[in-house]
Amino acid sequence: MKLIACINHVPDTAAKINVAGDAKSIDKTGIAFVLNPYDEFALEECLRLKEKNGGEVIAVSLGTDAHKETLRKALAMGVDKAVLLKDESIRDSFAVARALADFIKEQSPDAVFFGKQSVDSDDAAVGGMVAEMLGLPSVSVVVKLEVTGTNAVAEREIEGGREKVQLTLPAVFTAQKGLNDPRYPSLKGIMAAKSKPIEERPATACAPKTELVGMRKPPSKNPGKIVGTDVSAVPELVRLLREEAKVI
Amino acid sequence: MKILVVAEQRDNKLKKASFEAVRAARTIADQTGGEVTALVIGSAVVAVAGECGAYGAQHVLCVEQPALEKYSVTAYAKVVAAVAAQRQAQAVFIPATALGKDLAPRVSVKLDAGLAADVIALKVEAGNIVATRPVYAGKAWTDVSIASPVKVFTLRPNVFAPGTPGSPVAPQSVDVSLSDADFGAQVTETMQAAGKLDVAEADIIVTGGRGLKGPENFGMIEELASTLGAAVGASRAVVDAGWRPHAEQVGQTGKTVSPSLYVAVAVSGAIQHLAGMSSSKYIVAINKDKDAPIFQVADYGIVADAFEIVPALNTEAKKLLGK
Repeated sequence: MKLIACINHVPDTAAKINVAGDAKSIDKTGIAFVLNPYDEFALEECLRLKEKNGGEVIAVSLGTDAHKETLRKALAMGVDKAVLLKDESIRDSFAVARALADFIKEQSPDAVFFGKQSVDSDDAAVGGMVAEMLGLPSVSVVVKLEVTGTNAVAEREIEGGREKVQLTLPAVFTAQKGLNDPRYPSLKGIMAAKSKPIEERPATACAPKTELVGMRKPPSKNPGKIVGTDVSAVPELVRLLREEAKVI
Repeated sequence: MKILVVAEQRDNKLKKASFEAVRAARTIADQTGGEVTALVIGSAVVAVAGECGAYGAQHVLCVEQPALEKYSVTAYAKVVAAVAAQRQAQAVFIPATALGKDLAPRVSVKLDAGLAADVIALKVEAGNIVATRPVYAGKAWTDVSIASPVKVFTLRPNVFAPGTPGSPVAPQSVDVSLSDADFGAQVTETMQAAGKLDVAEADIIVTGGRGLKGPENFGMIEELASTLGAAVGASRAVVDAGWRPHAEQVGQTGKTVSPSLYVAVAVSGAIQHLAGMSSSKYIVAINKDKDAPIFQVADYGIVADAFEIVPALNTEAKKLLGK
């Protein structure tokens, strides 16, 4: 099986986000960048499918040289090949999807995995867009997957439950937490990854269809009131929720 | 502006998020001059579809086929794109539900349209729609405009008010021809926990954190949630410890929520948690640590042991609600 994991390099979820002076981007000072948390599940699923069926896993990331750090982590986890689609242009999900779709088409994989969303732009769109561009079936937010030959049955998370989706490979999946338990790279894997090459190629050009007009901090909440410090505060809390907030 | 709204139904019942999207479209159409058309897809939806008219759609269209009873992202995307083209829609509004978020990226590619996902506010500037959408799980907000002739927006549930319903509109059936090849990904079964409210849709959420010490102590959280008609939420620490399922996780690697009332019990308020819930309309924090960051975003706080407060709160709420 040929498997591709599309991965992204994003600010750690513990990072405090400040808006930069251009009011269009974030201030990257002091921010640690990591492999997008959901992409770990995508990578792990590729590695498991390869372990079961044989084949090859390629990790691909679109971005600047900084993304090599995240590609190295994928190599350390055990992918066979890492590819950086080198790009410094401003892209929206559509433009990212276009370049990834062009790369994936050339590779003709059996399955393509994404994290269910990148925790920077939170669009949750690139996986579905790539699938549509390639004319492949897709399932998003996958929490369980069974592949038998070219048949796949995926379970995806929906409001208050799950739904089972049937499809035929090649296909695109976006991984949700719960799909698997991602492995930690072994020390041997980390050492080996240091000397493995990262293939670099230019990302195909694509103009974004959306324009970022501005970025700002969300309006801050007013400091709230402490209703009390013991159980005697409960009736007052309930009164406030009913009469002031009118929410119960 | 001609706006097409994809109204979602499950089991032939329209979702509240669909009415919210219709009303939001109506507001934009009123400012730009134009019309709102709602589209309902399914196998037997004509009886319920007209209700979209009550929230501001002038036209209600139904695409009904037995094969469309269960969701298929590939087939539904084809239907939406075909209807959008027929109606010469300039914008497509889709609720940012599990279904809508799955569907919208494919629709956007079919229409060669830019997508603004999970939008929380819309305004019109110089004839174009400017959408506000949170990024970094709400740690920052962006304003986005779309340059392509057709524009796709997904709207976060529970944010846009559906308003007071007026009169329904008689739905009109539309035919879109589909072949087996269009059903490339097909839902075959839905496993729904009966009567279970999801944090992404709930109007009230009661969330438990690590301070509850163990999964066995979530009983009182479930009881309070049941009294308030709320969904149960969980912090990341609690989910990572295996106490609660990931579907309940609120925060940057869980769900971003905006309920009317969010009750955080024994949740300290890590930055990734605050990002996912601080846009809730009212926040109550119950924590014995007065310095817990959750109090920075809480409207009402009680600095005390959750084990004392929650049962008392449940009793008091029951009294008030006559339960």
